[in-house]
Amino acid sequence: MRRRIAPGAVLWLLVGAAYLLLPLVATAIYSFKSNQTGTCCTLANYGEIIHDPAFWKSIRISFVLALETIVIALVLLVPTVYWVNLKLPRLRPVIGFLALIPFVVPPIVYVVGLLDVFRDTPDWFYAKPYGFLVAAYVILAFPYIYFALDAGFRAIDVHTLTEASQSLGASWRTTFGRVILPNIRGAALAGALLTLAIVMGEYTIAALATFDTFPVYIQYVNQNKGFPASALVLLSFGITWAAMVAIVLAGRGRTQAQVGGAR
Amino acid sequence: MWLGTLPFFGYALLFLFLPAGQVMVGAFRDVEGGFTLDNLRTLFDEPYRTGFRNSIEVSLVTALVGGLLGFLIAYSAIRDRTPRFIRSALTTFSAVAANFAGIPLAFAFIATLGTIGVLTQFMADLGLNPYDHGFSLFSKTGVELAYLYFQIPLMVIVISPAIDGLRREWREAAASLGASSYQFWRHVGVPILMPSLLSAVILLFGNSFAAYATAYGLTAGGVNLVPIQIGFFLSGDVLDNPHLGQALAVGMFVVLAVMMLIYLPLQRRASRWAR
Repeated sequence: MRRRIAPGAVLWLLVGAAYLLLPLVATAIYSFKSNQTGTCCTLANYGEIIHDPAFWKSIRISFVLALETIVIALVLLVPTVYWVNLKLPRLRPVIGFLALIPFVVPPIVYVVGLLDVFRDTPDWFYAKPYGFLVAAYVILAFPYIYFALDAGFRAIDVHTLTEASQSLGASWRTTFGRVILPNIRGAALAGALLTLAIVMGEYTIAALATFDTFPVYIQYVNQNKGFPASALVLLSFGITWAAMVAIVLAGRGRTQAQVGGAR
Repeated sequence: MWLGTLPFFGYALLFLFLPAGQVMVGAFRDVEGGFTLDNLRTLFDEPYRTGFRNSIEVSLVTALVGGLLGFLIAYSAIRDRTPRFIRSALTTFSAVAANFAGIPLAFAFIATLGTIGVLTQFMADLGLNPYDHGFSLFSKTGVELAYLYFQIPLMVIVISPAIDGLRREWREAAASLGASSYQFWRHVGVPILMPSLLSAVILLFGNSFAAYATAYGLTAGGVNLVPIQIGFFLSGDVLDNPHLGQALAVGMFVVLAVMMLIYLPLQRRASRWAR
């Protein structure tokens, strides 16, 4: 009996590896080239980024946006998905259907309506990334957090846990906080990490609504400075990579990593 | 009981249905606010006709090529004789690559295949500069190459569970009845995988059709795609009729909704064999 890997498999895996790794390797090589002469090797591109206050400002904005989006989305969805699974199972397909709508209304379509509807709202909402953009990002994150949470809730016996807790005299608050939440922590974490990756990479809505987030800054450097953008691209890849590896580790293979919406 | 779901549905109403509804309604308004079909009729004129044709072409090419390559790569990693660590490495890396899109992806391809990209210069040193042979990264072909970077891994992620569902016993049963490898695929493997393959390709199509940031970062709007044209309307480069932007958005919505209507029943069929 042969145990050797099939030659065809080797061929296709090599093709895949080449296609996925080559752009990263090329970006890494680019990042060590001098912006003036185009020759190797210097760390000047990295220095230029680190000493640019706009870099720190934009990455801070994107990170705070991600945290805010995660908190609002979880506060909104965890109780809802719990309640629907416990008391209103007939609503499950309805929410599942709602979660498909963002795929039919992608960011480029969504932003057209967003700008139109909220153009005349007060400045504290419309002119601030922490208002307008977060409101939109919660909708972008909703399918990913919902599917992660729904899988988490279906994996536990919500009814038995709730009844057991209440028959021992626990209030709704105790049941939710000390019985339900610890059981879906993994699912919530997976959804949160995915949201982090999505928000840190979202360009379409941020750029067209003219906010200076991290991806918008990358495009600015790309257009105006050239080579230093490669350092930012590697950082951006690192953030996505860290979030995905954390999902795999947190779920230990149970939660399947899904795909986001930065396209 | 229903009150518990009110915050969520209220939020969806305000921030999802209101903006989406505004687009639908606005597409049927003229500049004075009256009802009209002219905006939608304009979609069949240039340059929007070309925009839709390009968008559909790019989506079709990357969905089919990405689907085929993604399937072959996923199948290679899952086969019995492939070491197990390759599968988990591929799964993790696919999740990262499928999410690595937009502006950073565009730059990574410029660094690889741009006019002074690393691969371009390597090929030029061999006397095979692709730019001397009609290739340009800042064209439809370039956009397709960049989109494949997230299409292939997406296919790997979506199709892997279906390949897992192909049970080894079926292959053994076929082999013990004297079927060749070709006969197994022709009569068992492909028919069982067909709904999964089709629904995955449709997902890939929608994924590419909706993409904006990658194409913009690569060509700065040089290639006529519908999302790029919508972007021009929003950034104020086109000033005549704001409702035309909404009509373009509705056009995209209709294409994606049709895809979803094909996708859902296929998906239900595909899950029949899932473990």
